[in-house]
Amino acid sequence: MTDRDVEVGVFLVLMAGVVLLGFGAARWRRPADPYHLEEWAVGGRAFGNWTMWFLLGGSMYSAYTFIAVPALTYGLGAIGWFAVPFAIVTTPLTFIFTTRAWSVARRHGFLTHSEFAAARFGSPGLGALVAVTGILATIPYVAVQLISLQAVLRTVGFGGEWPLLAAVTLISICTFRSGLRAPALLSVVKDVLLAWMLITAALMVAMYGGWGSAFRGAATRFAATPNPADGLLLPETGHLGFFTLVIGSALAIFAYPHALVGMLAAKDRDTVRRNAAALPIYCMALGLMAMMGIFALSRGVTPADGDLNTVVPRLIHEYFPSWSAGIAYAALSIAALIPAAVMSIAAANAFTRSLYRTYLRPDATPAAEAWTSRWVSLIVKFGAAALILAVDPAFSVDLQLIGGVLILQTIPAVFLGLLTAWFHRAALTAGLISGLVTGLVLLWDIPEVDGTGRIVAEHFGGSSWSIGDGRSIYVGVVALAVNLVVAVVVTLLVRAAGVRDGHDGTRPDDYHADAGDPYLQRLDELIDGLPTGGSGSPAHPSGGPSAHPPLRSPGQRVL
Amino acid sequence: MSPRSRHWHWLLVIPTVAPLLTPFANRIEPTLFGVPFFFWYQFACALLAMVVITVVYLATREDRP
Repeated sequence: MTDRDVEVGVFLVLMAGVVLLGFGAARWRRPADPYHLEEWAVGGRAFGNWTMWFLLGGSMYSAYTFIAVPALTYGLGAIGWFAVPFAIVTTPLTFIFTTRAWSVARRHGFLTHSEFAAARFGSPGLGALVAVTGILATIPYVAVQLISLQAVLRTVGFGGEWPLLAAVTLISICTFRSGLRAPALLSVVKDVLLAWMLITAALMVAMYGGWGSAFRGAATRFAATPNPADGLLLPETGHLGFFTLVIGSALAIFAYPHALVGMLAAKDRDTVRRNAAALPIYCMALGLMAMMGIFALSRGVTPADGDLNTVVPRLIHEYFPSWSAGIAYAALSIAALIPAAVMSIAAANAFTRSLYRTYLRPDATPAAEAWTSRWVSLIVKFGAAALILAVDPAFSVDLQLIGGVLILQTIPAVFLGLLTAWFHRAALTAGLISGLVTGLVLLWDIPEVDGTGRIVAEHFGGSSWSIGDGRSIYVGVVALAVNLVVAVVVTLLVRAAGVRDGHDGTRPDDYHADAGDPYLQRLDELIDGLPTGGSGSPAHPSGGPSAHPPLRSPGQRVL
Repeated sequence: MSPRSRHWHWLLVIPTVAPLLTPFANRIEPTLFGVPFFFWYQFACALLAMVVITVVYLATREDRP
């Protein structure tokens, strides 16, 4: 048996196991009512500490992260390191903001940011706009996961379109059957495999002279390039670009639909808070992966066809023992499929709750909602696959970059909205639209420059907007600043003009509600009397938006 | 949660700001296991975030039945 056979054999066996596990996930902690959207979409909101931690790691630290971040440190050095501070900054913010989001979502039965925005500012239109922005930003994000998967499959030796389509079909069927339970269960497998990959990587670095020689080797190579922006440290002019990229990326995490869906599956507030404390472990894993880009550079690993995203797969192929390489490929493949599944569930929920139920079928039963979400999640996944197969894959990477700038524009409504209802709904809508337009215009205006400073494409050449003398700034942050200024000014103007505020459907104590909260208990008794599948709309005491789905029993926690 | 225990949340400013101090961290020396300061500083920040968030969690935890 050759090394190649071992590599491919280990990979195939692991992937087959994953598929079986994904199919079995629907039976795991079988819900009382599997046709309810809450069961399918957020696992009945009953996930405990460990499940949550793995699921969050599985959906946030995706294959694209593990492949694109080392590709950046390989190509540019210090600038690629932005991903690590950005990941760390999100953890204390999660502790405060996600806990509030969890509580208000729990009490109102929200599954998405868009529902929250609609209820908080009394505007279904704003909710729909947030939902559309979220869906548009998520589809290319799914696509780049599939590109990473394709890069891995190609390195293993499964080139072409069919292996990718087969993988997408399998994960689609898993998600269709099991909802969020499938990615949650697979995340555990992924983390075990990924931990193995990181240990192998660390041993490999130690065997080849340790980090000292890796960083010295990389420094020599950076010094040899004509590009002044690369190197082991940030250039004097690079601080603003680095800082705004960190801030923008960290905030975007609180606006992407898939980031919320994982958190909502927690069974209580303490689970969310304990998870925030444990999340920095993933930041360190990401840091280790990012430094693999430096190691690859010092060893002179060359990317296939000049595509930097192949650096990590190539490094694994050339330096790992063959059976460990098989494990690493499986880890990266699952790490691509889990976020693809969670993202498609999140995008589907946004559609079902903020567009379908608001505008198309206001009287949709929970069963009809679950049915719609299942099918929309399929459309999202195959749409993303079509995007990379039918269109140039490089186009998806551009779209993902644009998506990051777009999603950031929902921050005033979905993130600041957790703290204050001060903004007027019309002002938030105006701000969101100005932010989207500003972001798109600036992105369109950025030419793509190669390493020697030559312009290779006129438009959409990155997200760093040059502001002269070598400094640049992240477009998303500029657009968000415009967005906020418009939102504040318009709020003041419409207040001065005496326009009525939207009705805030939430109350201050909603942001602190917990499982076992007496109000929730009472509501559960109320709902238990309703016929199954009936669109019970428990009236909230504050008279919030009607047609909330029945809340699940908080007592439902089994592990 | 009582307003008193909420003061603990201000501690979270530390792990939020620390990773952003890149102009200060932008140096090679001192290295740790051969890793330049710019890189290992963020590992230290991740550890700091874990410690601070755990402290705040324990200090603000409500005693629920």
